[in-house]
Amino acid sequence: MKEIENQTNLELKKVISEPYKYGFQTEIEKEEFPIGINESIIHLLSIKKEEPQFMLDFRLKAYRKWIEMKLPNWANLKISDIDYSKITYYSIPKQKKQLNSLDEVDPEILKTFEKLGISLNEQKQLANVAIDAVFDSVSIATTYKEKLAKSGVIFCSISDAIKFYPKLVKKFLGTVVSSGDNYFASLNSAVFSDGSFCYIPQNVTCPLELSTYFRINDKDSGQFERTLIIAEKNSSVNYLEGCTAPKFSENQLHAAIVELIAFENAKIKYSTVQNWYSGDENGIGGIYNFVTKRALALGKNASISWTQVETGSSITWKYPSCILLGKESSGEFYSVALTNHYQQADTGTKMIHFGESTKSKIISKGISCGNSKNAYRGLVKIGPNAFNARNFSQCDSFLLGNTSIAATYPYLDIWNSSSIVEHEATVSKVSEEQLFYLMQRGLTSEQAISLLISGFCKDVFNMLPMEFATEADKLLSLKLEGSVG
Amino acid sequence: MIKKILEISNLEASIGNKKIIKNLNLQINENEIHLIMGPNGSGKSTLSKILSGHPAYEINSGKIDYCGENLLEKEINVRAQEGLFLAFQYPLEIAGVTNYDFLRTIYNEKQKYLKKNELDPLEFMKIIQTFLEKLKIKGEFLNRNLNEGFSGGEKKRNEILQMLLLDPKLIVLDEIDSGLDIDAIKTIFEGVLNTKKELSKECSILIITHNPKVLNYLSPDYVHVMMDGKIVKDGNLELVESIENFGYDTFRN
Repeated sequence: MKEIENQTNLELKKVISEPYKYGFQTEIEKEEFPIGINESIIHLLSIKKEEPQFMLDFRLKAYRKWIEMKLPNWANLKISDIDYSKITYYSIPKQKKQLNSLDEVDPEILKTFEKLGISLNEQKQLANVAIDAVFDSVSIATTYKEKLAKSGVIFCSISDAIKFYPKLVKKFLGTVVSSGDNYFASLNSAVFSDGSFCYIPQNVTCPLELSTYFRINDKDSGQFERTLIIAEKNSSVNYLEGCTAPKFSENQLHAAIVELIAFENAKIKYSTVQNWYSGDENGIGGIYNFVTKRALALGKNASISWTQVETGSSITWKYPSCILLGKESSGEFYSVALTNHYQQADTGTKMIHFGESTKSKIISKGISCGNSKNAYRGLVKIGPNAFNARNFSQCDSFLLGNTSIAATYPYLDIWNSSSIVEHEATVSKVSEEQLFYLMQRGLTSEQAISLLISGFCKDVFNMLPMEFATEADKLLSLKLEGSVG
Repeated sequence: MIKKILEISNLEASIGNKKIIKNLNLQINENEIHLIMGPNGSGKSTLSKILSGHPAYEINSGKIDYCGENLLEKEINVRAQEGLFLAFQYPLEIAGVTNYDFLRTIYNEKQKYLKKNELDPLEFMKIIQTFLEKLKIKGEFLNRNLNEGFSGGEKKRNEILQMLLLDPKLIVLDEIDSGLDIDAIKTIFEGVLNTKKELSKECSILIITHNPKVLNYLSPDYVHVMMDGKIVKDGNLELVESIENFGYDTFRN
């Protein structure tokens, strides 16, 4: 039997190769800070960005907390030492002055985004999506700003928001993820260089899907971006996020923060397709993706939905969470995490129920191949006043081959006995019999595995917006097929 | 001239260290229906899996020719593309994949192999509708996940549906009647016979069973008794009668 297993493994290995077609680097002139982090770097950053005093204070406070903190070690991850003094904290493409239109953007950068399938030219792109493109440390362009402004929606880079809407930023920045929240959150709060900001006023349904595309281009710079979305009473917005990076043999750090705030009856749906470079088949290189994403369902009946498809990064450490404060507010988390080769993912969510009759739903699908580690870690907390709170969690793991690891760490912390909490978990291995059955109908082993995986992820893919769902399905089969990208 | 579809000569095969097939010989020509009967554990199902290329079995010696070519060196999916269809005793359940998507995928793979046009979802709907009517299957069947939560009878009917769709040259039915009530068995075999009528004239069938009742529904041209990994007796319908009267013991040496 041993021999048969080995043979099947070999077959699987052949199938699960991982072409990464976004691994190119763009040659551009850049302007960057000296490497390393200290208070003068932070001063410099804040001056460079022409920030008001409150931002400098915010950053310094975070930095002072960060230097006192230690890298957390509770996650099921092996992280090689990160030398924070060797990282460039600010790297931007050199540009003359303030950009007023797309025509002034470096054509090399526009080409980069074209190559990634992201058109910043409003005529060419999907008609219903507005995009903010972030390249290394800065936002390059935000499309459809005017169209959005007509309905009162603000969608711009966070740097612009700090400049033009300082009151809004001051009021909400750091209210969901405080500057001392955790190691990477503090680091981000100290040095974040750009990101997206969006504000949906009362009673407005955002007329376009909003989207941010993050691109790391530079070898030595870390990307620290920050996204803040505020949905006022009775408003709603769909937000999409995509990420890629070039192939380098060194690891790069990406430590982001996303904060969402939903007032009464507001709806925020946040979808991510994360495809950072994941390192090569021997685990060399790749992005360290340490992200803090958290939503606050503040008002009555507010609703938050996180959907993520995590296929890239050498290490993923990410727990998009919901604090359900408003009565009858709800939180959802749908996740597909695929790891291959030596990738490590420790990802999941936290659903914190404080309000009465709050609801949450967690659907997590982990797929592990090669020598990878893939863990779901999730907390469901029901506070003492969360009467009649309701949670349902389902965590399924799918193993391909014999050398990968899947783990599930559910934490339940329940302080109110009128709540109902359900947890279901399954682990399955791709079965030789299922493969045999599908192949007997004429499918190749690659097609058969692809079909099994896309079936396994269906519940989550169904939650993605149409274009993203097709993209995600393609991305997974690309990762699984032997084709060269 | 009679065309050979399948020729198994001196086949020996094992799983792990256990020999299951011992010096087995069998020839099936085009348009013939063969029945293999034998007690549990005689290696009947193993034979069907070896024919379709299951990786768990090792061929120790002998050969299998299929339409004049060496079957053993072909991949599982290539055998399928070339017209070998195995109806499973226990069809597998596949979560999250709708029957409709699956059927269209396998149909289009076959089209690709035949260098014909692949069908879009609407075109395929027309094709599948006619088959559904023939098998008296309701349309909602297509929206369910492949075999997931299907009753035994539904699973088997789904096998027959796939069989019709793929238009095979050699059909192997592995205990297709097991676990089914009389009515279901009847539907299945009517399906099989209709298939045979409708499909290419050259289609041959190998039925593997331990239940003589299947003969109420179709009459094979040849009957073989399989015991302990080999064919111990070849004959015709009379052979089945003697099995019914005296059991398999009479064939033990």
